[in-house]
Amino acid sequence: METLKKEKTASTKQSTKRISGAEAIIHCLLAEGVDLIYGYPGGAIMPLYDELYKFQDKLTHILTRHEQGATHAAQGYARVTGKVGVAVATSGPGATNLITGIADAQIDSTPMVCITGQVARHLLGSDAFQETDIIGISTPVTKWNCQVTKASEIPEVLAKAFYIARSGRPGPVLVDITKNAQIDEFDFSYEHCKGVRSYNPYPKPDIKAIKEAANLINAAKKPFIVFGQGVILGEAEEQLKTLVEKAGIPAAWTILGLSAMDTDHPLNVGMVGMHGNYGPNLLTNECDVLIAIGMRFDDRVTGSLDTYAKQAKIIHFDIDPAEINKNVKADVAVLGDSKVTLDLLLPMIKTNSHDSWHNEFKKKYEIEFDQIIKNDVYPTKDRLTMAEVIEEINIASGHKAIIVSDVGQHQMIACRYAKFKQTKSNVTSGGLGTMGFALPAAIGAKMGAMDREVVAIIGDGGYQMTIQELGTIFQNKTPVKIVVLNNDHLGMVRQWQELFFESRYASTVMVNPDFVKIAEGYHIQSKRISERKDLKATIQEMLASKDAYFLEVKVEKEDNVFPMIPSGASVSDIRLK
Amino acid sequence: MEDWDKEMEKKWFTISVYSENSVGLLNRISGIFLKRHINIESLNVSKSEIDHVSKFTIVVYTTEDWVRNIVGQVEKQIEVIKAFYHTDEETIYQESALFKVASTLLFDERNIQNIIKDSNSQIVTVSRDFFVLSKTGRRNEIDEMYQQLKPYGIMQFVRSGRIAVSKSEMKISSLLKEFNQ
Repeated sequence: METLKKEKTASTKQSTKRISGAEAIIHCLLAEGVDLIYGYPGGAIMPLYDELYKFQDKLTHILTRHEQGATHAAQGYARVTGKVGVAVATSGPGATNLITGIADAQIDSTPMVCITGQVARHLLGSDAFQETDIIGISTPVTKWNCQVTKASEIPEVLAKAFYIARSGRPGPVLVDITKNAQIDEFDFSYEHCKGVRSYNPYPKPDIKAIKEAANLINAAKKPFIVFGQGVILGEAEEQLKTLVEKAGIPAAWTILGLSAMDTDHPLNVGMVGMHGNYGPNLLTNECDVLIAIGMRFDDRVTGSLDTYAKQAKIIHFDIDPAEINKNVKADVAVLGDSKVTLDLLLPMIKTNSHDSWHNEFKKKYEIEFDQIIKNDVYPTKDRLTMAEVIEEINIASGHKAIIVSDVGQHQMIACRYAKFKQTKSNVTSGGLGTMGFALPAAIGAKMGAMDREVVAIIGDGGYQMTIQELGTIFQNKTPVKIVVLNNDHLGMVRQWQELFFESRYASTVMVNPDFVKIAEGYHIQSKRISERKDLKATIQEMLASKDAYFLEVKVEKEDNVFPMIPSGASVSDIRLK
Repeated sequence: MEDWDKEMEKKWFTISVYSENSVGLLNRISGIFLKRHINIESLNVSKSEIDHVSKFTIVVYTTEDWVRNIVGQVEKQIEVIKAFYHTDEETIYQESALFKVASTLLFDERNIQNIIKDSNSQIVTVSRDFFVLSKTGRRNEIDEMYQQLKPYGIMQFVRSGRIAVSKSEMKISSLLKEFNQ
């Protein structure tokens, strides 16, 4: 590939040394600043594992219990550190088991490099043992992928892989390396990738568009900000806060934007979307200027597009040109890295306040508090609610924990009620909605932030999709706190069945095992509670523990999550019951 | 027609994609159409006016909203330099076709010679058993010739994908320069 050679490369060129392709992979990883990887060995990747054995003092490999777990752990690590997560697997089933995590990282823009072993070059296409076309399979769910069949190609391809994974809108990259390429020796040298000629990750900010955006914001009577993960990925949290405070604009978040701004900030008005807060959803259709920052107008955020913010001028800040006008037409599109574009915008913004408009949000919050939040967080009924568990974790952790949630009712409750002071603290599977994400992601999150408390909030359904990762926690003594909110149902599907399928509960009742005994089998300290009187003390005990801790909380079986915008309905039709 | 198709009129669009010449890129691009359940009506891959830059010419029948969405996603692929879409009016386009016909017809059927003359097609080769006609033009012209020859028996027929150039400029060289700054 002639074009690859033309890419600009760094000036620092290491001296060459004759080594195997497998050893070269290790040196590439070290050169990219990787010190922790997740994976699972197998035939076609054994040469690399042999080198991992030799380099274990420099590069830690965490053996997960399933390759899917390796990808989610790499995602969790990437989400809390902002660094590229790395997952390794063998060919065939090892590689295909990565796909769910790769698809999750693609839709949630998580930087990840996956390395898979492949049968030797001469066996490609022969249906050899554990041969699968992982390049073909992974193409639609990767930002980039590449097969390496020669040892000498390894440094250049891996350098490009890391560059692509982390630059621009981040995403997953898969590099498939044939066994012969791992074994063969070549003269190794490494150059960081500084650019790819056909790839423009950072569009140049258009000052004219930024001026137009500033004019709209300055003239707005009812401006409203919706921020997403683009703020976190662009590390523009300070810029967002300054914009919100200077212009006095109420701001709401998508679930991937959660924690980019202190949840207790007076102008942080909550969450948008299907189970978001009442005010932000309703008032989306009353604002005059909607400022979307690093978010992609997902259908779970917008509801019906035909009735979404039609009255408002839309300003869309995003790094990805393909997101502009994809779902919602922008009146002003500002392309670029959020930190760069907001920094250019801020000097043009006039100091302002919109107290009566902000008051609208407060009034709506009072309605929501009265009808929903009060009963969720301070229930008077016998059975425990999911929200009061989250609230106790808030209190006990002082809003400082990293919360990793799975998918379903508990996820919506965790995202609605968890409190955050610090960015990169909410780790959840947003776009793909991958049940089984949280347990392995919490392992990666903890290893990426050892100084912080990491609490995984998981439903009884999703927990059993990756429950084997308790083995990874046990083996590595990873001090994660695991909270299973057990309602003995696939709660979110059950809720939809109750509301939209006339209570025909098809396959949503779970007959569950003794989760405490399972955790004990892995020698993880564990407890089950079902009464309110035990909640506070147990949460405190869990957070005080220096080791991993498993807590099962038996909660009300048939609670529903409200507010709710029914699928395909307008944000204005948000239901309180 | 389904709800999501109603709002905009479907039209023929020619998508031009300038890219690196790398293994797997065709799969990556065709996957974007597959994901949206949109059929590729015609596809041609060739070199372009720039050294080491390939050009895909893809024809689809869909709405402008979809073609814009697709071009955005295509352009996002790492090895794609730039993608454009144009309507038929905005391009000069042609297709090529080959017809293999029995040689006896050339002598027995006087009308065949008229068809060759009227269609502006060329005889590529003549052998004892068959001769081959080549025709370059709009699809309807090729279809017309096909219909005319069909009664006499066509031994083989093949038509290429559409190739097209746009009337407006496609600034690839300056873009490449900008990327590399």
